[in-house]
Amino acid sequence: MSKIHVTTKVNGDEVEYLCEPRETLLDCLRDHLDLTGAKEGCGTGDCGACSVTMDGRLVCSCLVLGAEAQGKEIATIEGMAEDGALHPLQRKFIEHAALQCGICTPGILVAAKSLLEKNPDPTETEMRYWLAGNLCRCTGYDKIIRAVMDAAAEMREAS
Amino acid sequence: MALDGPKQDFKYIGTRPERPDGWDKVTGKARFGADFSMPGMLHGAILRSPHAHAKIIKIDATKALALKGVKAVVTRADFPEGLEGEDWNIQENVMAGEKALYDGHAVAAVAATSQLIARDALKLIEVEYEVLPHVTDVDKAMAEDAPVIREGAADYSVPEGMHPNVVRYMESGRGDLEKGFAEADLVIEESFTTEAAHQGYIEPHACVANLGADGKGDLWCCTQGHWFVRQMCTAVLGLEATQLRVTPSEIGGGFGGKTTVFIDPVALALSRKAGRPVKLVMSRSEVLRATGPTASASMDIKMGMTKEGKITAASGTFRMQGGAFPGAPVDVTTMLAFANYDIEHVHHVGYDVMTNRPKQAAYRAPGAPMGAFATESVLDELCRGLGLDPIETRLKNAVKEGTPATFGPKFPPVGLIETLEEARAHPNYSVKLGPNQGRGVASGYWMNWGGETSASVAIGDDGSVQVSIGTVDIGGSRASMALMAAEAFGIPYENVRVSIADTGSLGINEPTHGSRATFASGLAIIEASREATRKLCQRAADKWGIDADAVTWEDGCAKPSGPNAGEFDPLTIAEIAAEMGSTGGPISGHHESTPDGFGGSFGTHVVDVEVDPETGRTTILRYLVVQDAGKAIHPAYVEGQFQGGAVQGIGWTLNEEYIYGEDGRLQNPIFLDYRVPVASDLPMIDTVIVEVPNPGHPYGVRGVGETGITPPLPAIANAVRDAIGVRMKKLPLTPPRVLAAIKARD
Repeated sequence: MSKIHVTTKVNGDEVEYLCEPRETLLDCLRDHLDLTGAKEGCGTGDCGACSVTMDGRLVCSCLVLGAEAQGKEIATIEGMAEDGALHPLQRKFIEHAALQCGICTPGILVAAKSLLEKNPDPTETEMRYWLAGNLCRCTGYDKIIRAVMDAAAEMREAS
Repeated sequence: MALDGPKQDFKYIGTRPERPDGWDKVTGKARFGADFSMPGMLHGAILRSPHAHAKIIKIDATKALALKGVKAVVTRADFPEGLEGEDWNIQENVMAGEKALYDGHAVAAVAATSQLIARDALKLIEVEYEVLPHVTDVDKAMAEDAPVIREGAADYSVPEGMHPNVVRYMESGRGDLEKGFAEADLVIEESFTTEAAHQGYIEPHACVANLGADGKGDLWCCTQGHWFVRQMCTAVLGLEATQLRVTPSEIGGGFGGKTTVFIDPVALALSRKAGRPVKLVMSRSEVLRATGPTASASMDIKMGMTKEGKITAASGTFRMQGGAFPGAPVDVTTMLAFANYDIEHVHHVGYDVMTNRPKQAAYRAPGAPMGAFATESVLDELCRGLGLDPIETRLKNAVKEGTPATFGPKFPPVGLIETLEEARAHPNYSVKLGPNQGRGVASGYWMNWGGETSASVAIGDDGSVQVSIGTVDIGGSRASMALMAAEAFGIPYENVRVSIADTGSLGINEPTHGSRATFASGLAIIEASREATRKLCQRAADKWGIDADAVTWEDGCAKPSGPNAGEFDPLTIAEIAAEMGSTGGPISGHHESTPDGFGGSFGTHVVDVEVDPETGRTTILRYLVVQDAGKAIHPAYVEGQFQGGAVQGIGWTLNEEYIYGEDGRLQNPIFLDYRVPVASDLPMIDTVIVEVPNPGHPYGVRGVGETGITPPLPAIANAVRDAIGVRMKKLPLTPPRVLAAIKARD
């Protein structure tokens, strides 16, 4: 079967790759573009470790085909820190010890950023439901929620 | 080892600096198991049995090998014969021999130029099975008519006349049960069951293997213990230990489940056969079907108590299945079931039983939570029956320094009483409850572990310090290691760098397991640092022309000490390091030992729940963890261990279970159906760190990782009992089960 040629934008850079029709966006990011920040935890859209945004919308990249990225704009964890400075969410995750093993961290950061773009002042409950699609097995979520709340407060103050 | 007793005054210990690997882990740069690749690398895939129990008649890979891009197929025929004991068990588990022993058991593997081709090739391998009767339930597996998993698997401990699926038997205790129960005002006897729960690490097992025909190999994998991986892989493949170098990746969770091997020997066998590196990554359903969940349990408990609240006697029978191999952690269950309490008359019986399920693997405090669920539930019923407060009653029976443990030796200093007192004083314990709400209390214990340990420190030419350890960082331990080195050298935390050495660069280290890393690697770092500072003092003494005994190390400097040392300006570590090439060469320190002064950690949890009478759904309203850390090196990561353990316990109690169909196949092998707790299920998890210093560690450290999963099972069950008035004896407490109990009550 012939491969599909895809041209897309990832973290602001125009990129192209050849993919099998069956390959997911996650496969393409990891195997063709060497962007291994998004992780495969389940492959069924249940864990959120592969979270990226496509045209600004939060998606599980394991549930998007690589071919679907044609002409789209993808944002991954690798694009979150800008000009050598961490995003406030990234800084607050380190400060609050909101990660233990760190495998879920890229997906949770991408998802949390997406939440704060839509709702800069979420309640704890809103935050917990927004992040319910991102599994963390280490932390019990306590420090994650605190880090997101703290980052949100800092970002509101700065804006 | 002679120790001066734990240090008390600290400059860096107990602070909360940012973890050294934080930047890599929030930017996606950290490389986990599946993030590694090599030039010329092939991709592997494993064919797994769809049957719970079946004889393998024939495997024909002709069509698979004919597929373009397929480079190798391996079966059990590609592994050496003649292994014994646990080596054979591991070999049999990673690749089935004559029989497939559980749904998901590996029967063949393929290496191909892409993962898609490898997966396509699996469909072309023809396996002829003869399906056999199966059993997946522990009680049914012990029944007379149960299918036999494997004749001759039982060891010497099993009395005659038991079913061949009973592979280990144990009995221990002291005193006179009959006398003890006669002294009681209330005796309660109940039976309980718990289902298997999976460790549920978010990172599936992954590795890249490169093994040559010359027997020399490299393996890059996510593991809790790379020397364990080396030992197991070389044994299973018939290689020489040091000819295989194992490098651990960052690890995406383990909780005990990554202390053994599942795919690594298969990847090595594929690589040897194909002559190229091979990458193997498990899917989530492979993880759930074919890696170790914990054991399931069936238990009978009898306890007696006086009306004043003194436990007079306790006995328990514990039956646990650990899959198609010996090894259910029932020895630990029997050891710890009543370990919280000072009980004169106590007796335990344990059965290790085989079933057609995956080989169990360690899961956080392996064996302890099941026993605690049963015994702490009965204790709660005794308190209710006698109208006693659960914390006061626990305080009345709690072990302390000098108490003979129910498993034998006398306790060294321990902190159970302190955790109970802190729990009683916490505001959560006096919040007024509303309708359909209940409060539960339970305590738990984990004895912790020392284990084989080797660590080195080396001084950089600018006076910064490189620490090399062999325990992987699974939860922020690099930060704790750097803090201990900073404290020992008296230099800023930021001047220490911690690396995890591969198996070719350091002596043997046991895995990050048994809550041992901060205790044992920390102890080794402190001792290695002391050796290095002695050398630094020697260099200063040589420069000053005085005796080394007249030099002391303080705040990162060598200083003259004592009346006759003379007057010299202190020499900083950077000043000594700058000259070390010309004053005697590089300066480093090393320590290796199997430290046995690991102090156990007790914890007490208090949980409030609300049960919806319409649906039977249990909501956690508030949750308190109080636990003894000995000394919290980095308190934020200690709290993290408490919180993570509690939430895993919440999952095990409320949602998580292995569900097998009549056909013996696992029915919930994805995260949608094997439901671990999500953020919206939970409140914040409150923590209190108790510090009763461990005399076996220079800074007083106790391991903290595992204790936290032991109290949640009974604490939540006790809270549900308080809310609905019914004792739930079967985990998990799913809404249908709780609803049925409410309906039966009414």
